[in-house]
Amino acid sequence: MSLKIVADLCTGCSACEPECPNDAISEHKNVFIINPDKCTECEGDYDTPQCLAVCPVDDCIISLAA
Amino acid sequence: MQGAAASYVSLADLKSSHNALATPAEEPAHAGCGTSGGEGKASCGTSAGPDDMPAEVWNKVKNHPCYSEEAHHHYARMHVAVAPACNIQCNYCNRKYDCSNESRPGVVSQKLTPEQAVKKVAAVASEIPQMTVLGIAGPGDSLASPKKTFDTFRMLQEQAPDIKLCLSTNGLALPALVDEICKYNIDHVTITINMVDPEVGAKIYPWIFWDHKRITGVEAATILHEQQMKGLEMLTERGVLTKINSVLIPGINDEHLIEVNREVKKRGAFLHNIMPLISEAEHGTVFGLTGQRGPTAQELKAVQDACMGGANLMRHCRQCRADAVGLLGEDRSEEFTLDKIEEMEVVYDLDRRRSYQDRVEAERQAQHDAKVEALALSQGAGAADGIKVLVAVATTGGGRVNQHFGHADEFQIFEVSAGEALFVGHRRVDLYCQGGYGEDEQLPSIVTAINDCHAVLVSKIGACPRDELKAAGIEPVDNYVDEFIEKAALSWFADYTGRVARGETTHAARGDASIRQGAFTAAA
Repeated sequence: MSLKIVADLCTGCSACEPECPNDAISEHKNVFIINPDKCTECEGDYDTPQCLAVCPVDDCIISLAA
Repeated sequence: MQGAAASYVSLADLKSSHNALATPAEEPAHAGCGTSGGEGKASCGTSAGPDDMPAEVWNKVKNHPCYSEEAHHHYARMHVAVAPACNIQCNYCNRKYDCSNESRPGVVSQKLTPEQAVKKVAAVASEIPQMTVLGIAGPGDSLASPKKTFDTFRMLQEQAPDIKLCLSTNGLALPALVDEICKYNIDHVTITINMVDPEVGAKIYPWIFWDHKRITGVEAATILHEQQMKGLEMLTERGVLTKINSVLIPGINDEHLIEVNREVKKRGAFLHNIMPLISEAEHGTVFGLTGQRGPTAQELKAVQDACMGGANLMRHCRQCRADAVGLLGEDRSEEFTLDKIEEMEVVYDLDRRRSYQDRVEAERQAQHDAKVEALALSQGAGAADGIKVLVAVATTGGGRVNQHFGHADEFQIFEVSAGEALFVGHRRVDLYCQGGYGEDEQLPSIVTAINDCHAVLVSKIGACPRDELKAAGIEPVDNYVDEFIEKAALSWFADYTGRVARGETTHAARGDASIRQGAFTAAA
């Protein structure tokens, strides 16, 4: 269970990085990536995934399964 | 322009609101410049000088180009993009680019770490000694990434203690961080406030990120509004000067901005900057895509005029890009890219900067005195029966008419009557002269940009544009070369009203003008 950032859509704004309760987000080549081993989709911490709620670009953060 | 006329802001409506504004029920919490001056002091804050405000306030604004219209001719500012994250979404912003309204649209500022930013500021300050102000203004919200913003300020305060620090914010995170802001001795904070009614706000802000949730609609706008007002009040209590930026969105918040003006003034805002919406479709903003238009020049002026007597109005904003370097309307950021800074040997010489700034100050004082003297001599010239007109002026600075028509990439606009010539704004245009030749296809766009003016004051003008301007009903005037603008405008006005009185000219109202979309671009 993990979310994924679509690199082509990511603006590199960094809004998601500090919101992640699992420290799963980091910068890589001017965009941000989610470490699938750390991502819990915020289950147990928040009602909605924090990165998804703060990201300014529609469809930039999607489920890894999709 | 015909299409725009249909939805023209009703001046009569605005005027009646204005009268209500002139007698505010409540006194401002903090007596900023001109708050008690009534209508006569309406333009204070843009053109006010040391005689118009308390000494401690003057000391804070005198060399801040964004807070003092006079200072912006002499002092430079720079912005660093260290905090690109944002905590709200605005319909006039596409996060792929910088904010298209408060900075140059369609451009991505170079993102910097706090360490890189500090190095860049030191490099620029050494190269440009009149650089006195460092702002963190976007892209993004400076307070959505408080650590990056405050790290930058802390390091700068250690390395370059003479540089004034300021920041811009949407206000959402402001109340929680006001005390932190005060620690860093930040004299100026800009808050973007587009509404004081959440119903209006819901049309501008699709969502906010608040308390770990995305909140939408009126609920989101209500929270944002409450935080903005609280933040503004807290800054005023602590003596921090505030500038309120408002984006004028026709049909959404145009007349509402008069109420915004009243509310922010009541809470001690020092300056109110009402800016036109920029919404080109290619910027990909919601407003750009839905065809929400920006205001015409006269619509913008009508709202600005109606707000005179409220908080001091800023009329000289150039909506520059978020990593701009230099004087307002100028951008030298290309000289200071990361690669170039890496190679620079930076020596921060405080004494050299001080002595340079002392010279700038002396020069500015001399200019100020000369202008006062020149104006005193020209008082009482001419009599006009309540006629008030706009004139466009080509100037390279120094407050004088000293630029060739073809070299102007902006015109300053003055409103002239028998008694005074008031700076009311500027209009950016595409350069007419390209490599020594007049570019005739640019002419219509220049005429459109100053179409509400009766005359254009220049140092020189070619035959072709002269004829074209005349045909459009704008009088080209080139016989006040190097005169102070106000004096030249009043002299021209006396001459004009004389001709009208003698029946040589018929005085007629001018039409509207359009605001060039695209804000400031360095390579214009």
